[in-house]
Parts: sequence; structure tokens; C-alpha cells
Amino acid sequence: MSNLVILPIIIPLIAGIIAVFLNKKVVITRGLTKIFIIANLAIVSYMTWIVFNSGSIILETGSWVAPYGIILVADPLSIVLVLTTNIVAAACAFYAPYSLSLKKEQHYFYAFYFFLISGVSGAFLTGDLFNLFVFFEVLLMASYALIVLGGDKVQLRESIKYVLINLFSSILFVTVVAFLYGVVGTVNMAQIAERVQEVEQKGVLTAIGILLFFVFGTKAALFPLYYWMPKSYIVPNPVISALFGALLTKVGIYSILRVFTLIFIHEINLTHEMFIWIAGLSMVFGIIGALSTNNIKLIVAYNVIPAIGFIIMGIGIFNQDAISGSVYYLIHDMIIKSALFLIVGVIAYVAGTSDLRKMSGLMHHYPLLGWLLFVSAFVLAGIPPFSGFIGKLLLLKGALTDEKIAIVIIALLTSLLILYSIMKIFIRGFWGEKNTTMELGKRSMKGFIGPIVFLLTFSVVLGIGAEYIYPSIDTISAYLLDPEQYIDSVLKE
Amino acid sequence: MKINDVILQAITKIVVFIILTLAVYLFFSGHHTPGGGFVGGLVLASAFVLLCLAYDVETVQKGIPFDFKYVAALGALIMLIVGLGSIVFDVPFLSQSFTSMESSLFGKIEISTVTLFEAGVALSVVGVVVTIILSISKDV
Amino acid sequence: MEIIISILAGILIATGVYNLLQKQLLRIVIGTGLLSHGAHLFILTMGKLKRGQPPVLEDNITNYTDPLPQALILTSIVISFGVTSLILVLAYRTANENKTDNMEQLRGNENE
Repeated sequence: MSNLVILPIIIPLIAGIIAVFLNKKVVITRGLTKIFIIANLAIVSYMTWIVFNSGSIILETGSWVAPYGIILVADPLSIVLVLTTNIVAAACAFYAPYSLSLKKEQHYFYAFYFFLISGVSGAFLTGDLFNLFVFFEVLLMASYALIVLGGDKVQLRESIKYVLINLFSSILFVTVVAFLYGVVGTVNMAQIAERVQEVEQKGVLTAIGILLFFVFGTKAALFPLYYWMPKSYIVPNPVISALFGALLTKVGIYSILRVFTLIFIHEINLTHEMFIWIAGLSMVFGIIGALSTNNIKLIVAYNVIPAIGFIIMGIGIFNQDAISGSVYYLIHDMIIKSALFLIVGVIAYVAGTSDLRKMSGLMHHYPLLGWLLFVSAFVLAGIPPFSGFIGKLLLLKGALTDEKIAIVIIALLTSLLILYSIMKIFIRGFWGEKNTTMELGKRSMKGFIGPIVFLLTFSVVLGIGAEYIYPSIDTISAYLLDPEQYIDSVLKE
Repeated sequence: MKINDVILQAITKIVVFIILTLAVYLFFSGHHTPGGGFVGGLVLASAFVLLCLAYDVETVQKGIPFDFKYVAALGALIMLIVGLGSIVFDVPFLSQSFTSMESSLFGKIEISTVTLFEAGVALSVVGVVVTIILSISKDV
Repeated sequence: MEIIISILAGILIATGVYNLLQKQLLRIVIGTGLLSHGAHLFILTMGKLKRGQPPVLEDNITNYTDPLPQALILTSIVISFGVTSLILVLAYRTANENKTDNMEQLRGNENE
């Protein structure tokens, strides 16, 4: 039974290895990819059902008992995120054959795609801080390979910066784990949480916590540390950008959510207060970046930063409503960000350029695409009844309960500007006269629309069906605010 | 580029076998003493790299005609299958089991599933290292 | 002993960061290598350095060394080995394609 937890990590790995062997037979690989990802999605859905009905599933690998061995924990938060990961990945699997050239597909795209999913699922499921580092490396290795796929001049130039910044933060991560091991003598997250409560001198732990926050903040592209992110996210193929935008930064934010609700909760006045400031600055600087550019891919890439800001704001406020909002927004953002990256990829493909100044009048030829962009702009900005609204509502409710007015104002203004930044693509790209320099109507968007509609459906369901989904989210936030539950379920006391 | 370095080539012919023997020794000694799949695999890969240095890459690939990317994937597959074996027996993933048997020639031999896992590690390491070296050396 | 190793790790990390901030790509790669060595030494120090028995469970042994930092360090070495080799290939390709190994010239503002 407990072996179920390993399946979301193992199935993509096996599929990836099969994809390595079959890399020249693209048609078979495409088919197998779809079968494997749907099978994985089904298994994860089943696991989600089990976790919500009968509690966390815990696997002690190699039969080593909890604090000594490596453990994998499928608790409500992690399993929901694994489920979302697989939904996004499934959409990308169906989008990829149309978006990628045959040469790129043959160059082990599907293998690295599966390794990326395996790493992301592993990072969500692990219950061990050092193992989190290992899974981070698995997913980063896959992302290094994906970002240079094709090997253009620009791609290589931007990816070297991406690799270096991630490498540096990984080394810092190892060093911080060593610090923490020196202080509490364990790397098991549940046991760390237990021992942190007993340590007399909290100062050193706060310092370690903040160091860890900077490590995860670099991976999550938070305010002072986001400069590497936008440009390196736009250079690969749209489907790879969608995977990156939906998954990579979100793993970083998940780690912050996990670590700062479970382990470092002894000095909330200092750490979590700092989060709120960083959240506000992330929103402001991210949206300024999005407004400053005319490259449609860059607009969407910059929009990742305010979203991270919204999530970290909820962690900073740290009450039930705010944490619910963070979790809701995290799920919502994974889905809508990948959908937006995919839509923008199609726009750049049919228009033949990603420069907003060179395109207009797309509506004449691609009305469906226009309306999809329109809907996703509404979802992203949080117009009711879509999913962004519920997340923001909970976040703002949490902030108002704690009377943090400044952040509420910043968040609302940012939402408005987010709407404007995406609408700018709609107004300038889709409205207006037909631009004769663009060869419109030549390229068909067959095959692109299905995955996008699939993702947007989830977004709409998350919004309209909030009545049914909210209780589960509420369970997750209650669970996160009570670390004893996690500790007890892992250490079995 | 054709390399013709007689001394290096003559020595390589002998040294490669010593390196390969050391690799196998390190691989098996890893069970109780320092060594193991990773180190054994690295030493094994160094033999291939030495061959590539002494002769040129084309000659070596003619002699060893398989793609090292597949070797790495095969190694990873072996590791996964060994790990998955535990699911069949309904024990936690990666659980190991071992037994020992008496042999007239070697005395007591321990047999364990870890050795299989380590074999996968060694193959992966060889595959990855040689792939990297080849991909750098290809277009010099 | 811990003090000496900590200082050594500090020197390694300092030289690593210095190299990381250089313009030449190869220096940066060497910098990352030095940095990870510093981090590895640091993990070892955090497990307390002592001359004890190997961490294999046997009777009549009281003075164990801590096995966990060794396991962590081995994993970390394998990972940094993989990343370093990957970044070497990447740096080589980047320098080849862009015809320069100077980070100043690898800025790229044309796709804004």
C-alpha cells in the first residue's frame, strides 16, 4: 500500500528511459508519452482520493524506520500539487508534437520531459530536507537539458546564466542543510520540526531559516533574486516555457510554504513579516517588468513574479484564510501560467513574431485564439467567477483580518495592472487593421487549441466549483497550520 | 585528426587492462570496504577515456560499437527494476535482501540485491562520463 | 581540527566566489567546482571530525564516526560531478556558438 507513493516518481522515470531508447522512433514515443502521462494522472488522482479519505500515505524506503531512513510523504498539500503537475504535464504532452520540430523531439525532448516531472513530483513528495535538494537537482538537470534543446545562440547565452544561478543556489542549499544538521542533528523534516521547538537559542535557527529562504527564493524568483528568470524562460520552445513557468518556480514556493509552516515558526514577527514586504516588492517590480516590454513572451514571463508575490504574501500573513488563499492561488497559478505560455506560443507562431509592435488584426483570422487569451487574462487577474478571484479573495480576507492594509492596496493595484498587461496583447495584437506585412492565415493552429482549452477548463472549474473545492483547501491549510499533525503522522508517536 | 604517438599507444594497451581489473575490483570490494558502483564506474570510464586519448575517437568507436547514451539509460533501468522488485514482494521500495553461500573456490560469498543495483550505478556512470567526453571531443 | 577545516572551507568558498565573478567562462566553471568542494568539506565538518570506527554496526565498538554526513557528501559529490561536467559542455558550446567566452559580451539586449 505505502509503495503507492513512489509511483508518481518511478513511472515518469521509466517512461523517460524508454523514451531514451526509442528516441529515433518519434511516432511511437509520442503515443507512449500520452499513455504514460495519462496513466500517471489516473494513479495520482486515485492517490489523491485515498489521501483525502484516509490520511497521508508514508513510505519508508528500504524499510529504514522514519527518522533514520529516507521517507516520502503524500500529505494533502503535496498530493494536490502532484496532481496539478500531472494535469499541466498532460496538456504539454499533447501540445508538444505540434510545437516542436522533429529534430528537437528526436533530441530526447520526451526523456527530459519525463525526468522533469519525476523530479518535480519527488520534490513535492519527499519528507527529507536533503532529499529535497536531490530532487531539486534532478529537475534542474532536466531543465538544463530542456532549456538548451535546439542549441540556438540565444538559448545557449541565456541558459548559461540560468545554470550558474541555480548551481550557486544549490550549493548554498547544501551548505544550509549542513548548518541545520550541525544544529539539530537530523535532516528529516518532521524530526527537525520537533527538535527546533526544543532548541534553547533560537537566534541561530532564525539565521538558518532566512538563509534557506534565500535559497528557495532564488529558485522561486522572488523580488531581489528574480533577475535571471524572465529572459531565460522565453528562449526555449513555448511548451518548455510552459513547463518551466508552471512547475519550476512553484517548487521553490512550495518549499518555502512547507519549511515556513512546519519548521521555522518560532519567530513569526521577524521572518513572516519580512515575507510580506518581499511579497509587495515582488508584485510591484514584477508588474513593472511586464509593463515595460513589448515582447509578448516576456510579458507572460514577468507575470510569474507577481503571482509568486501573491503566494508568499499568504505565507507571510500566516492565518487560516491567508494560507488557504496561498494554496488555492498556487494551484490556480500552475494551471493558468502554463495555459498562458501555451497561448502566447501559438500567437508568436501564427504571427511569426513575438514583438507586439509588429502585429495587429489577428482577430480576423484567429477569433478563437483571441477569446482564449481574453478569458485567460480574466482568470489571471482574478475577475469573478474565475479561479484567480477565489484565491485573491481568501488572501485579501486573511490580510484584512490581520489589518495589513498596505499589502491589500498593493495587491489590488497589481491585479489591475496584471489585467492591463495581458489585455495589452489582446488590444494591440488582436484588434486593429490587418497588418499586411504579416502573412496571416497561412499557419493553422490545429492541435494547439485542445490542450489550452483543457487547461482553461480546469481554471474555470476551480473558480465556479469553488463551493466544492474550498473544503479540501481548507483541510490543507488547517493541516499546514498544525505542524503536530505532520510530525505525528511521520514519526508515528 | 590522426594521432600517432607510439609510446602512449603501446603503454595504453597494457594499462587499459590494469585499469579495467582495478575497476572490477573496486566494484566488488564496495560491498564492505571503500569502493562501489560509482567509483568502479568512474575508473572504468577512465579506461575508455584513455583509449580515446591514445587512439582517436573513430577508432575507439569502431572497436566498441555501441552508443554510450543507451548504456547510461540501461544502467538507470537496471536500478529502477531492482528497486521495483521490492514492490512485487510487498515491502517498501528499495528494500534489500541478501544471502550467503559457500563455494569451494572462493569461500563464503555474499549475494545481495545491492550488487545488482550497484551494477546499474556503474553502467550509468560509464555511460554519462563517456558521453560527456565524446560530446566535447567531437568537434575540436 | 574543526576550526582548520572550517577555515579551509571558507578559503575554498571565497576563491570560488572570486572566480565565479570573473568574466571568462572557464574561470566561472572552475569557481563552481571550488565552491562545491568548500560546501562538501563543510558538510563533513558539521558531522564532527573524529577518528573513530567505521559506521558499520558491530559489537564492542563504542566510538563511531557519524555515517550521515558521509552519505550526504557522497550524494552531493555525485551531483556536483554531474553538474560540473554538464556546465563544461554548456560553456564550451556557448563559447563556440557566440564566438566569445567573455560574460560581458554575453549580455544580450536584442530580444527585449
